[in-house]
Amino acid sequence: MVSNTKTNTEMLGDFPLDPSAPLLEVDDLHVEFRIEDGVVKAVNGLSYKLGKGETLAILGESGSGKSVSAQAVMGILDTPPGFVTGGSVKFRGVELFAPDKKTGDLDHVVPEVRATRIAMVFQDALTALNPVFTVGWQLGEMFRVHQGASRKEAKEKAIEMMERVKIPSARERVNSYPHEFSGGMRQRVMIAMALSLDPDVIIADEPTTALDVTVQSQIMELLGDLQKETGMGLILITHDLAVVAEVADRVVVMYAGRRMERGEIDDVFHRPAHPYTLGLMDSIARPDVHLDRLKPIPGSPPDLLAIPSGCPFHPRCFHAKERCAKDIPELETVGEGHSSACFYWQEVQVEL
Amino acid sequence: MSDKQDTPRGDSDPSGEEPVLYADTVGEYVPSDVVGRQAATAEHDDQSAFRQSPVLDEVVGDLPRTASLWGDAWRQLRRRPVFIISAILIVILVIISLFPGLFATHDPRDCNLIDSLLLPSSEHWFGTDLQGCDYYSRTLYGTRVSISIGIIVVFFVTIIAVIGGSVAGYYGGATDSIIGRITDIWFVIPTILGGIVILSLIRSRGIATVSLVLIVLGWATLLRLVRSSVLAVKANDYVDAARAMGASNPRIIMRHILPNAIAPVIIVSAIYVGVIIAAEAALSFLGVGLQLPAISWGLMISVAQQRIITAPHLLLFPGAFLSVTVFSFILMGDALRDALDPKLR
Repeated sequence: MVSNTKTNTEMLGDFPLDPSAPLLEVDDLHVEFRIEDGVVKAVNGLSYKLGKGETLAILGESGSGKSVSAQAVMGILDTPPGFVTGGSVKFRGVELFAPDKKTGDLDHVVPEVRATRIAMVFQDALTALNPVFTVGWQLGEMFRVHQGASRKEAKEKAIEMMERVKIPSARERVNSYPHEFSGGMRQRVMIAMALSLDPDVIIADEPTTALDVTVQSQIMELLGDLQKETGMGLILITHDLAVVAEVADRVVVMYAGRRMERGEIDDVFHRPAHPYTLGLMDSIARPDVHLDRLKPIPGSPPDLLAIPSGCPFHPRCFHAKERCAKDIPELETVGEGHSSACFYWQEVQVEL
Repeated sequence: MSDKQDTPRGDSDPSGEEPVLYADTVGEYVPSDVVGRQAATAEHDDQSAFRQSPVLDEVVGDLPRTASLWGDAWRQLRRRPVFIISAILIVILVIISLFPGLFATHDPRDCNLIDSLLLPSSEHWFGTDLQGCDYYSRTLYGTRVSISIGIIVVFFVTIIAVIGGSVAGYYGGATDSIIGRITDIWFVIPTILGGIVILSLIRSRGIATVSLVLIVLGWATLLRLVRSSVLAVKANDYVDAARAMGASNPRIIMRHILPNAIAPVIIVSAIYVGVIIAAEAALSFLGVGLQLPAISWGLMISVAQQRIITAPHLLLFPGAFLSVTVFSFILMGDALRDALDPKLR
């Protein structure tokens, strides 16, 4: 692997990196799953940019395509049935996908990017760690495989990484198995693994969903500290508005594989310009607002085999008009760096 | 804590534990709450005394360290009579098959026609056969054939199955379809019938020939098992995680999938050794397996059937050895299943 040593002209595999380009640039990404019942369009034109030291939250309900988009970026989609059918993903200017000559689908062609440049933290660390090997072995594997470290060196580095993510008495615990750790400690191991090769981007796929609230904030704090320390970009995939509000700089709201709204965190949270974002915020309990009942969004997320015509959210939308069922709304600029894919975003903002 | 009948005020105390304490604290009046506390202390002391017993200490002391699947399994196995019995039997059989000369009393091929068809005696423990060979020695030498064929066949079948099954299960798609269809076709050939057909075409048949035919016929079941086991493991997040961490496909298969998928394969392999030994005996019995002058239980049983009334010992001893061997491998498989399959615990 050429890309391990970061020299002046940094290379990623065979490609030179562009230092001025954003860390990660996803443009019009399309992912679909071809199953027996038809084609599930999981991601339909997702775009975002991630700069150095930035935290981007991808927010959405289950089945909105947020995890799938991350898997596609990492090139770990299960193919078949999952295929990237269009769009582009660039890491510091280097395109990660190339069309397959036979099928025309896009293949992830830069495996060197994994772990050394973009690493991933999975939702449930218990299932994302191999149960038959010790934590130290798995952490050390990163160094053995990517840097050719000896077993002894790898173990030392594993201990170092465990200390870096603040696992107490790392030296004693390095030989423990994943199930002997608590949920929070396991997630720390997962983060240590993602961090071990000093990547530029970490994609955290619901890193705190499996944890209880106090541990959640510890883990988010840890991620924040490490980000400050290393200047890495963080993509936070979550459905938890509280987590987003706490740590994200910018947010992309996804629904049925589409961007509904994007913008700076303050703009989106204080002046939401999409009825879906508004609905998400109304459907959580807030200690500062007294309500007799929460206002959930009626209905359920659409069947991705048959996405509604026009705006995919229109069957559940309070503001939907005739036009919403016919035309697909494009992103419209609402304010500086804030845009919404709703024809009637002005009405939504008036309601606030 | 016993002697509940001896307590003087047993009827006034609803709890079953306390009366014993009255017996201990002879005659003294003890308020009931103190009794309760003492009961607790006594119980506590009792437990701590129990904890100090060296046997329990060893068991408890082992718990945190050997918490891996294999560690757990080993701890389970050590305490299981079924495992211990089958392991001892298998070890004895393997030693006999490696060094039959150590245990044999005669040269199995040094026969004397004068001694034809003797019944068991102190000179010939299992009697003699038609040619006057010592039957005990022949039976021991027969162990070698059975055990070697069983182990050779299962060794190669397992290798084929693990490679084919993990490739099919992991890569899926066209690879899986091709391997899967070939397996399906193989699956419909009955081992014994296929063995009869193929082996009857071969004139000179030794251990290698019979093993090869059994390998060729026997891999399909195990391959299917490996494939399904790999499929189940493949769905785990840690396989995705390994991929996200940049591990190559061969590495993912070797390091992340196989160690988690191998347990059922080991179980079935152990049972399969017994099945193959029985199959070899069956083929030899039918006259299409090993040929005389080879020494094999199947052949011995085959010859013995003609004189079952006059010399029943000729059938009895190789038959018993065959049964015990097959039985111990199947028992071993069962014990391994109990230990390795957490759902059965």
